[in-house]
Amino acid sequence: MQSKLGLDFKKVAHARELAGNIAQDVQSFVERYTTVAVERTLCRLMGIDGVDENGVPLPNVVVEHLKERGALKEGVLYFLACAMIQTGKNPQEIAEQVAAGQLDLTQVQACDRATIDQILQPVIDGSLDRIRTRRARRENYLETIGEGNKPYLYVIVATGNIYEDVIQAQAAARQGADIIAVIRTTGQSLLDYVPYGATTEGFGGTFATQENFRIMRAALDEVGEEVGRYIRLCNYCSGLCMPEIAIMGAFEGLDVMLNDALYGILFRDINMQRTLVDQFFSRVINGYAGVIINTGEDNYLTTADAYEQAHTVLASDIINEQLALLAGLPEEQMGLGHAFEMDPELENGFLFELAQAQMAREIFPNAPLKYMPPTKFMTGNIFRGHIQDALFNMIGIWTNQGLQLLGMPTEAIHTPFMSDRFLSIENAKYIFNNMKSIGDEMEFKEGGIIRNRAKEVLDNAIALLEKLNEEGLFTALEKGIFGDVKRPKNGGKGLEGVCEKGANYLNPFVKLMLERK
Amino acid sequence: MSGGLYSMQAKDFDKTLDLTKVKPYGDTMNDGKVQLSFTLPVPMGDEAIEAAKQLIRKMGLENPQVVFYRELTPGFTFFNCYGSATQTVDYASIYVPKVESSVMDMHETDEYIREHIGRKLVVVGASTGTDAHTVGIDAIMNMKGYAGHYGLERYDMIEAYNLGSQVPNEEFLAKAVELKADALLVSQTVTQKDVHIQNLTELVELMDAEGLRDKMILVCGGPRITHELAKELGYDAGFGMNTYADDVASFVAQEIVKRNEQ
Repeated sequence: MQSKLGLDFKKVAHARELAGNIAQDVQSFVERYTTVAVERTLCRLMGIDGVDENGVPLPNVVVEHLKERGALKEGVLYFLACAMIQTGKNPQEIAEQVAAGQLDLTQVQACDRATIDQILQPVIDGSLDRIRTRRARRENYLETIGEGNKPYLYVIVATGNIYEDVIQAQAAARQGADIIAVIRTTGQSLLDYVPYGATTEGFGGTFATQENFRIMRAALDEVGEEVGRYIRLCNYCSGLCMPEIAIMGAFEGLDVMLNDALYGILFRDINMQRTLVDQFFSRVINGYAGVIINTGEDNYLTTADAYEQAHTVLASDIINEQLALLAGLPEEQMGLGHAFEMDPELENGFLFELAQAQMAREIFPNAPLKYMPPTKFMTGNIFRGHIQDALFNMIGIWTNQGLQLLGMPTEAIHTPFMSDRFLSIENAKYIFNNMKSIGDEMEFKEGGIIRNRAKEVLDNAIALLEKLNEEGLFTALEKGIFGDVKRPKNGGKGLEGVCEKGANYLNPFVKLMLERK
Repeated sequence: MSGGLYSMQAKDFDKTLDLTKVKPYGDTMNDGKVQLSFTLPVPMGDEAIEAAKQLIRKMGLENPQVVFYRELTPGFTFFNCYGSATQTVDYASIYVPKVESSVMDMHETDEYIREHIGRKLVVVGASTGTDAHTVGIDAIMNMKGYAGHYGLERYDMIEAYNLGSQVPNEEFLAKAVELKADALLVSQTVTQKDVHIQNLTELVELMDAEGLRDKMILVCGGPRITHELAKELGYDAGFGMNTYADDVASFVAQEIVKRNEQ
């Protein structure tokens, strides 16, 4: 592809090489550890579900049980397999016995690896088959009823009540939305468990639960068949339960997941060791399930200045790309994030935004880039806000973004009304149709503002990546490189759930999923 | 589209401004013009339009006009409407409690603290409870500030601690005691189902229980916070939309001086 910006792709290759080193450094750390969330995910892959009499999810019961006994380092699969051999029961029955205090997993007889592999094999095959079937169902829909054009129109629902969300989501789909994201309730990212069952109470969003996923998936399939377009479902594979949410999404046919450790570290103060380990397994699952991940770079610009810090977004996107590749995610599933967040008072701000969006497009040609609307400078003036969103939409179609997260005129006032979503979808459809081929028609002047801006951002990103490559990502985060936020390596939430792997540790899913078995 | 569309009502009303009887202003004094948009959970049709008009009349608006409507999804119709207010308000007799300090810029505040207090003020801020939004507290506290107003971290005479988001009230208070805070800033962005009211109230109750309430200045802020609400909840001041670090710092400095004088 001929660069419209005159980008030097040798520089881009150099940036990728630096990011590859940074990612590899993180990966060599990640591979030595497991976490409570990873182990709970393995419980779920073994078919353990449901809650005990106090409402505690059984995966938590089993993992806590091992943790209390100092046995987490060997991993749940080892103990579950030994218990299956000794008791002849299935993992769910074993978990129920643990919950009832009738079984101490650390007291079961040790057994050899060959026997373990043998007893686990059918359960593993069953789980992988369940995920593949879900994936095939999506692919079948895409082949038969098809999908909307890119940029996909992405809107959120956030009533707190999953049944009310269904009404909002189906309305949005009929109006033209391609992706429905069910915003999670405030604070869920910091829960170290996933709530159970259908929920009708949430603040600023709705609990992510497996049952809620199932309810919304069924509703979107129904409306998708009605409108003749597959409607994707998005949720949040972030916070303290990253891989657990990933596996629930994989089981229930979610299509898009926010999935970014850096976001959790910076904006939720989640411990970096914990969440990078969690992220790896969650991305392996998302890759296998055909889920598009979204990264959260756009958020850097809500705390740092969008003009001055644009290069941190690009640098982080390149690192996120390399981390995702290590987790087996193809480029076509990388919804790398960026945003339209410059101060509207900035002279030529539109040109700078256009330059950056085009730059992201050219550097990640195959990625369905996630483009975020203005939020920081949305003021409550809904009329100007609607125009800010219109400028954002122009850049979306001009630079062929993948997922256009529609801005709402009432951003900063309330979670969207049904009518807000209608107005935003109408805005995007109008502009996407009216300016459809503008990207094919327009070139950028050599030596002009747009080309210079792209070059400047790329150069700054490379300088930053060089620094990160010397220091490593952990140190960089401690120094506050991204979003002006500093996080200590041993601080933040969830560190107590990290554990070095022991001699008997096993997680065969990583290899099987990476090899697409 | 008849020509009459542009003449939305008779103009035979009193066009002089009377501050004891204020009405909305469209393009003529006392025309009472109000613009509304809303959705009714009914299917689109003549009955829906009539329902919208009746609702507008019940809101105290006469001459209701439905200028646009669209069924958003079966059973939900969206309207853009106009009407003319029949009600008036007595502007002349309105009293609104306000933060009673004069707003100074960063340098003036630093100078004021140096001169009147003679030591750095310790200010601890957080977005508390389950609220995950840092945008408000960052706008007030971060070095860079917001919209050209430097944040408290940049003030020479303020030692600012931003604890970030989702800080439980107990933890917030413990940190405040540890840092010997002069003032606490609580940011609340999420207001769905009045979660902010519960959370703000809980903090005041905790401070009362620990005998700390009169030892620190307690301030809250956020897009839906008003000074009146803050006072009602037992705070010393509340800062809403379009207030910045300048407003907060000026208040805190002047309030401390005022208390020292008492």
